Amino acid sequence: MEIKKAAVAGTMESSDVYVEIKPASDIAVQIESVVAQQFGEEIERVVRQVLEENGVKGAHVSLNDKGAVECVIRARVETAIRRGEGERDQ
Amino acid sequence: MNNSKVVSSIKEAIQLAGLKDGMTISFHHHLRNGDYVLNMVMDAVADLGIKDLNVNASSVFDTHEPLIGHIKNHVVTGLEADYIGGVVGRAISHGVLDKPVTFRSHGGRPSDIEQGRSPIDVAFVAAPTSDTMGNCSGKYGKSACGSLGYAFADAMYAKKVIVITDNLVPYPLADFSISEIYVDYVVQVESIGNPAGIVSGTTKITRDPVGLVMAQYAAKVIEHSGLLKDGMSFQTGAGGASLAAAKYLKDIMLEKGIKGSYGLGGITSYMVDMLNAGCFEALLDVQCFDLGAVESIRTNPRHREVTASHYASPSVRSSAVDSLDVVILGATQIDTDFNVNVHTDSNGYIMGGSGGHSDTAAGAKMAMIIAPLTRARLSIVVDRVLTVSTPGSTIDVLVTQRGIAVNPRQQELKERLQKAGLPIVEIQDLKRIAEELTGTPKPIHLGDKVVANVLYRDGSLLDTIKSVD
Repeated sequence: MEIKKAAVAGTMESSDVYVEIKPASDIAVQIESVVAQQFGEEIERVVRQVLEENGVKGAHVSLNDKGAVECVIRARVETAIRRGEGERDQ
Repeated sequence: MNNSKVVSSIKEAIQLAGLKDGMTISFHHHLRNGDYVLNMVMDAVADLGIKDLNVNASSVFDTHEPLIGHIKNHVVTGLEADYIGGVVGRAISHGVLDKPVTFRSHGGRPSDIEQGRSPIDVAFVAAPTSDTMGNCSGKYGKSACGSLGYAFADAMYAKKVIVITDNLVPYPLADFSISEIYVDYVVQVESIGNPAGIVSGTTKITRDPVGLVMAQYAAKVIEHSGLLKDGMSFQTGAGGASLAAAKYLKDIMLEKGIKGSYGLGGITSYMVDMLNAGCFEALLDVQCFDLGAVESIRTNPRHREVTASHYASPSVRSSAVDSLDVVILGATQIDTDFNVNVHTDSNGYIMGGSGGHSDTAAGAKMAMIIAPLTRARLSIVVDRVLTVSTPGSTIDVLVTQRGIAVNPRQQELKERLQKAGLPIVEIQDLKRIAEELTGTPKPIHLGDKVVANVLYRDGSLLDTIKSVD
């Protein structure tokens, strides 16, 4: 899946995560999280996994995480990917 | 005989009071996040070139952020408080102050002042109304805050007392709270505070469905605890879920025709509604949280101001917490031994304090913690709290939306609640349920420096708080 345009998903509410994705030639993941100490590595692992599962080879993804659980992070990242591939308008 | 104690400025009062380097000054927090007085006084002190002061404030709010600058400039080198909000707390956690902060409880503070363990050189009383000789009250004036409960010990035991008011009235103010016999100087200023800041943003009933479930459970726990009968006394915090619990409790009390004895503590409009509906004979009020409470304490003789000592001191003959049946309290963390943290957040930053938490928990027949099982991907229930604010031996019940845990030492209560069909679980199970949802958190890293000592209400050291790098 190719990221053709910048897209966002999620909110800055507590227990949610705000995901931004941009087209790029490589993969880069940037994470800001209120639970960075407790779950920072785990969050990055999940984001990279979702990118891989969706066949994304090039994208810069940044997360502003307000303590979202894993299923929420997966859903928000996946939504950002789908919005970024340009199939439908945001 | 001089018939006025009014002096022209805060600076003049400070100089007349003889404030010098190294002394202790004190403040009370009834104006909450609307308070101007602490900042005005500290600016005046800094202008006068006075340094190395110890500040004993009953609470420090975010509006007191300029205090950080005074610490950096060594105007303030010591800090004692019962509660420190997140802004100043963060600076303290980063080690801005060389000396550890001393945290007390709302009962421990006046106890230590009255016992001479925590002497005050100059006390500053923020008075919404004062006469020219210093008889003062929080019930009247544009900055009315209601009770002045926390200021009494300061006024009665400080070597010098300065009243700062924005509503100076002719002598005598008949309905005074703090008497002129304690007051040295009176200063009139344009404004002592922002009335909008006196009313906390938290004093609204929650509409969050999780909060409402917790509140319903909390009310049912009280209903089936064996304590819900004529004469019951009750305290609750100003958090949204606690207020919702009070509302459900009120419905149950009215339905069953139960007449309680008193409501205690920081008082909100919801407690006033319970008084007026006949749920209580009286309110004992150390601090008003909203304008409904201010109006009530001004007009209703059954709504009484009490001093902080009367509220919660462990060293007086008796205090109101000693007769308390039920208290509802919050927590940032609670561990499997029921120890509660209300001082630090999940990353170790100072963002609160005991207030009356440990006092009421010690006094009440049933101390109940009400908290959501998780907040922002972290379990409320942990193996060991980062900071012990209130010992688990004084906590009886934890209410979450996913179940209710009863301290093992309260076997009879546990059986009562089980019989009533409430969802009773072990506290370890709550931790497990939470971590199934969140995952297992990695332990956080804290610094080596002790930035605060937490004193229990009897003056003993309960815990220390480490710096955050």
